[in-house]
Parts: sequence; structure tokens; C-alpha cells
Amino acid sequence: MAKASITFEDINVTVSAPAGTRIIEISEKVGSAITYGCREGDCGTCIMKVSEGWNNLSEPSVLEDKILRENMAGKHNRLACQAQVLGGKISVKPV
Amino acid sequence: MSKPILSNSAGTLQAVALSERVHWIGVLDPNLRTFDIILKTANGTTYNSYLVRGSEGVAIIDTVKEAFAADFFTRLESVARYDEIKVIVLNHLEPDHSGALPELMRRAPQARLYISQKAQSMLKALLKQDALEFTPVLTGDTVSLGDRTLSFLHTPYLHWPDTQCTHLIEEKILFSGDVFGCHFCDTRLFNDQVGDFRFSFEYYYAHIMRPFKAFVNTALNLIEPLLPLQQILPAHGPMLRDQPQRYVQRYRELSRSALESDIGADEKTLLIFYISSYGNTRRMAEAIYEGAMSIEKVRVSLYDLEGGEIAPFVDLIEGADGLVFGTPTINGDAVKPIWDLLSSLAVVNLKSKLGGVFGSYGWTGEGVKMVEDRLRGLKLRVPIPGIRIKLIPTDEEIYLCREFGLELAQELLGLRTAKVIDLADLG
Repeated sequence: MAKASITFEDINVTVSAPAGTRIIEISEKVGSAITYGCREGDCGTCIMKVSEGWNNLSEPSVLEDKILRENMAGKHNRLACQAQVLGGKISVKPV
Repeated sequence: MSKPILSNSAGTLQAVALSERVHWIGVLDPNLRTFDIILKTANGTTYNSYLVRGSEGVAIIDTVKEAFAADFFTRLESVARYDEIKVIVLNHLEPDHSGALPELMRRAPQARLYISQKAQSMLKALLKQDALEFTPVLTGDTVSLGDRTLSFLHTPYLHWPDTQCTHLIEEKILFSGDVFGCHFCDTRLFNDQVGDFRFSFEYYYAHIMRPFKAFVNTALNLIEPLLPLQQILPAHGPMLRDQPQRYVQRYRELSRSALESDIGADEKTLLIFYISSYGNTRRMAEAIYEGAMSIEKVRVSLYDLEGGEIAPFVDLIEGADGLVFGTPTINGDAVKPIWDLLSSLAVVNLKSKLGGVFGSYGWTGEGVKMVEDRLRGLKLRVPIPGIRIKLIPTDEEIYLCREFGLELAQELLGLRTAKVIDLADLG
């Protein structure tokens, strides 16, 4: 199975995870400080910064784009409860 | 100087002249005692709004709380007609400044509204009006009133994302929004005439601006080049026409860390706070302290919460690089003194500080995990899982505590090696 390698910069931990895994599933297990609210892409609590590997994540849905906009998210931000790792290297941190 | 005249002989409210072309058209709210839940005021506040007259039209800078709109409109009408208003500027969208905006725009439909870039989405959420037309502005954008020019300064997070200041170039006046403001109500209006308001100024900074010190410093970098200013006109409290630069200097002083001079630039600080009922969590704390002390360039301090007040601890926490909390678990929860401290940190910026938690427990031990989650919620990073020890720690467990302290100190200096793991191994 294709794997992605995702680094949580706040705790300096890199995890190898199967393609398709949502970041929420990984970050909660390793204890990154990305925090979660509704866990379903509606509240914007889990906005994170993607510092590397933007294209190694699933595309944001129209709904995720809307929530990011409403929360005044920056250019390199995604919702950790929505973004799935696809492969290659990714690096993220809490905002 | 004579006291400002707030109403005429018939009792009708009047605008107060600040220069030939600038008037105060704000309102007094002497009965307010609590503002925004978090702030107290012993004599109320003012909602300051200003009117600028140029050769080609009038500008209104900020409005007032909705309940006080009638006083605001009466003062406005004493110096201008609605059809003269060309420009409306909101430096900050909080309801105490935007409350009278919808009615003002209804009365002056030809006026153009200017707000900061970041205010755009807030405007819609606050006013619930889709049709409102506005122009978003950034630093350096200007709007002309003929012989008077307003220039905007983008000063976000002082204390909302949307906040900005507006500079009246020709008169060297800064309309600063909540910056340099305070909740203080005195009919004499000006800083050289009102009662001693220094405590309100400091209190306002401590509760409203302090969490955003980095943004204060960035904003001061924009404001200081404008000095000397003739007047600084904030959105609350006394108008600063006598030596306004003193207030700019004071903001700079307050936005520096008091500890900077004592701790070397290459050193890190680690604070360990604990509370203990039978001495078990204390023994853990002491072992963590010993472990962390074995690393050079980390200044470690150990504090028993039972022996201190919250306020000085909050000051310490603001300046520290790493924070460790030790709590027993009692009846399935961390104990109240820990929560009291952790619920008092909204006034300081904690982002990216290092966090760690430990504690002794009798039978369940949820407290450590709860405090770890709280630290993450406060935007600390918690890279090293906390230590929970059942009742009295063994020698081996004390060794683990020393290691925990050592690892925390290493993490502060960036000496821990990066961890690489497979998701499947995490279970």
C-alpha cells in the first residue's frame, strides 16, 4: 500500500501512514498540538499550517474552502480533520 | 484651559472641537461597570467618535454603542449635515464602535465605508446586512477630503483581527481605535484635564493588548515614525493631546519582556509548577527538577502552587520557554489550583511554548491527560507524553521522572532527536 510520511513540526515526530489517512487520525495518536472541535470540517478549530508537501494532500472540498475562508485562514492552511495524506513528504504544524 | 462644553444652554448635546476641523462626537457611559465580561471600570467609559471636515466633505471616524446612538447623532448634527458625509471609517468593528453604523449609513447613504482588509468577513457577521458597500484598506491607502487626507495603518490584533488606525496627515492626529485607550469616563475628556487615569490605562493594556504584544510592537513600528503627533485620539477614555508620545513610549515599555535583561539570549527557561496532597506529586516534581537541572543553558524553577498567588505566576509564565504542571488526580480530575492557573492565561501569549504534565494518582489518573489536552488547547506543544505514577513513586519511577525532566530540557534546546514511527505501531 502507498505510504506517506508526515512530520508534525511542533513535536518533531514523523509518521509513516497509509495513503488516504486523514491527518486527524495520525495527529491525535502522536499528540501534536493541533486541536479539534467538531471533527467534521465545520468549525475550523483544527486549522493547521502545511509547510511542506501541499500537493501530497487531498484537494480541499468546496465546504472546506468555505470554512477556511470564513476563519480567515492563510494561504498554506488546511483543516486537519479533512485533509488526507496521499504520499510523499508532508510537514505540518498547529497555527 | 477651560472645561469642554458638552451641551448648550438649552441642554442639547454639542460636539467638542479638537481643532478647527476636527470634533469629538462621542458619548459618555458613566454607569458601565463591566466591559466584555473581563474588564471592570469604576467610573464607566466613553465611546469616542470623531468628525473631520475637509474642503470636499466630512469623514466620521468610528461610531458608538447602539444604545447611545441618539446622543452620537445629536452631537454629529451640531457640526455637520448628513449629506456632507463622504467617508465613514471604522477602525474596529466591535459592537461598541459599530453599533450606530447601520443607522448612520441609512442617514448618509452617499457615504463610503472604509474598513481594514481583515474586517470584511466580520462586518457581515456583525451587521447581518449583505448589501452594505465598503472599501477594504491596508497600510498606505489614503482617502482625500480635499484639503484633509486620511491615511490608514494596518495594525491587526489590537485587539481583534480587524483593528486599524487612521492618520489625519495634515493635522498630525492619529485616530488609534482601542490602542492607547482605556475605560475611564470623565466629562473633562482630555488627558491634561481629567482625573488621574494612569491605572485605567495600564489595566486596559494588561487585559486587552498584553496577549498581543508582538502585534503591539509591529504596530508601534508603524506609529513611531509619525511622531511627533499633535494628538492621539483613542476610541475609549481620555483624548491624548498633551505629550501623546508618552503613551506611545509606555506601550513600547509594556510590550517588552521584563525578564529579557536577566536571562541570556542563548538560555531557555523552564518552570515546574506542582501541587501535592501527600507529597507524591512533589517528589515527582523534585526529580523532574533535578533531571532538567543537569542540562546547561536551561534555567529551571520549581514552584509549589500552594505557596503562591496566580498573578505573579502568570507573569512568570509569559516570559518562560517551557512549562511543566504536576497535579494529583482527585475524583477523576486534576485539582482546582491547577485549573485556576490554567484558566488565568488568556492574557498572555503561550503559542509554541513547551508543555509537559505529570502527577501521582490513586486509582484512575485522568488528571494528567486532561491537563495535557488543556495545554494543547492553549497552543502549547506537548511533545513528550506525561508521566502518571500510582501513589508513592518507586526508585525506578523517580528515575523516569528525572529522565522526563532531562528530556524536557533537551527539547527546549533542540537537542532531542527527531522521532520516526509507523502509524501501525501506534495501535
